[in-house]
Amino acid sequence: MYLLGRRSVVRTIRQPANVVAPLLFPMLLLAVNSGGLKAETQLPGFPTDSFVAFALAVPFIQGALFATMNTGTDLARDIQTGFLSRLSLTPMRGIALLCGQLGGVILLSLVQAAVYLGVGMITGVRIASGPAGVLTLFVFAALVGLAFGALGAFAALRTGSGEAVQGLFPVFFVFLFISSMNIPRNLIEATWFRDAATANPVSYLLEAVRSLIITGWDGEALALGFGIATVVAVVALAASSWALRVRMAR
Amino acid sequence: MRTLQVALGVAWRTLHNVVTNPSLLLPSLIFPLFFFTAFAGGLSSVRHVPGFDYPSGYTAFQFVFVLLQSAAFGGVFTGFGIARDFESGFSRRLLLAAPNRTGIVYGYAIAAIGRWLITASVLTVVALLVGMQVGGSGVDLVGLYTLALLLNLAAVLWSAGVAMRFRTMQAGPVMQFPVFVVLFFAPVYVPLTLLEGWIHGVATYNPLTRIVEAGRGFLSGNPTEVGLAYATGVALVVLFSLWALRGLRSAERAG
Repeated sequence: MYLLGRRSVVRTIRQPANVVAPLLFPMLLLAVNSGGLKAETQLPGFPTDSFVAFALAVPFIQGALFATMNTGTDLARDIQTGFLSRLSLTPMRGIALLCGQLGGVILLSLVQAAVYLGVGMITGVRIASGPAGVLTLFVFAALVGLAFGALGAFAALRTGSGEAVQGLFPVFFVFLFISSMNIPRNLIEATWFRDAATANPVSYLLEAVRSLIITGWDGEALALGFGIATVVAVVALAASSWALRVRMAR
Repeated sequence: MRTLQVALGVAWRTLHNVVTNPSLLLPSLIFPLFFFTAFAGGLSSVRHVPGFDYPSGYTAFQFVFVLLQSAAFGGVFTGFGIARDFESGFSRRLLLAAPNRTGIVYGYAIAAIGRWLITASVLTVVALLVGMQVGGSGVDLVGLYTLALLLNLAAVLWSAGVAMRFRTMQAGPVMQFPVFVVLFFAPVYVPLTLLEGWIHGVATYNPLTRIVEAGRGFLSGNPTEVGLAYATGVALVVLFSLWALRGLRSAERAG
């Protein structure tokens, strides 16, 4: 498991696009949105006067989407090149491959979280929940990275195609945009959009991060965020373990 | 005459490929609709921000941006097709067969226009169905769509220049990223006057801001900065025509 985890990390580091894209694109979107939507903070009921603080939750989830793509694409490449078939000839247990692969994703998620928080603090954001909140944010980032990474692994194991995994990106993107990404749910005027955002689990992941940054300790937001991330992680891990067993049938 | 024949041949083939291949057609249709939904639906309360005084409402305000965005990305997606033609070896055969190679660039440009017209039609119908208010007259609307057409041409010429220099699909981000940045550094969510800080400075000098603001003026029936917007659009087309034609020469030299 250690060797496969190390391989996953080294492989990610050796492809600059896999490291730079999850760091650069969310930061770019943060810059654009926090500049363009700053006026939104003047709306009555907006929870903070800093749009950067409000929008800082988005890179956490957007970075996790990139983690999904990276894990899935790497695993699909292992399938396409026959690496997985060769591994299936060894006594290695399938779960070790999965854990190794996801270990790399969790590490990348933690690095991303550090960069996002660093950029936020440099631009003047103060974390309302304090140092313990920062620690909680790292735990949450790792959990979300694990959950989304496992989803990517499942897609790769079922399809065996990197292209098919990449095709999932727009689907996740839709989930991100039809959420409370740019505005609190209670300020969304269009009823259908507010309903869609309320039904969308991504809204609760965003709101968990946002609560730690803006509000402080909000038990309900954290319970919903951690609960949803845990459920997604457990279901995705179970599904990908099953898919791996099928794929590595000896 | 030979140039026109080559242009029409390339345009027909490119459009045929796009229209008959859902994986090429659907993203260019779905993405603008999705952005329109996300921006106009999700952010409609932005119209209550003090100082937001766009007369036709937030749906129309966002429609103009998404229409221009679809025009720009329609051009970029056509650029992806050019790169794919180079990767598959089709372009090498095309360069050998075409009696006038400049027609190849014109052909891709015509195809980009045709492709965008499909997207613009769908987007416009959807916007009208969801109740977008149109304050401008017929002439104003022609002004808006002509501006978008200029942007579409500029984007396809930019992308063609990149595709013909790199001749690989891996150049996709080089085509897409600058267009994305220029688009989003314009006043996307609120008018220029409501932007604050560094983004206001960037948007003020962003050439696309003139086009976006003029487009919004056309749709609401209060045209503003029309001359400057058209001058910017035409300048972009001329500049990227030179870029694309030099890219063609680069591809010719590479064989």
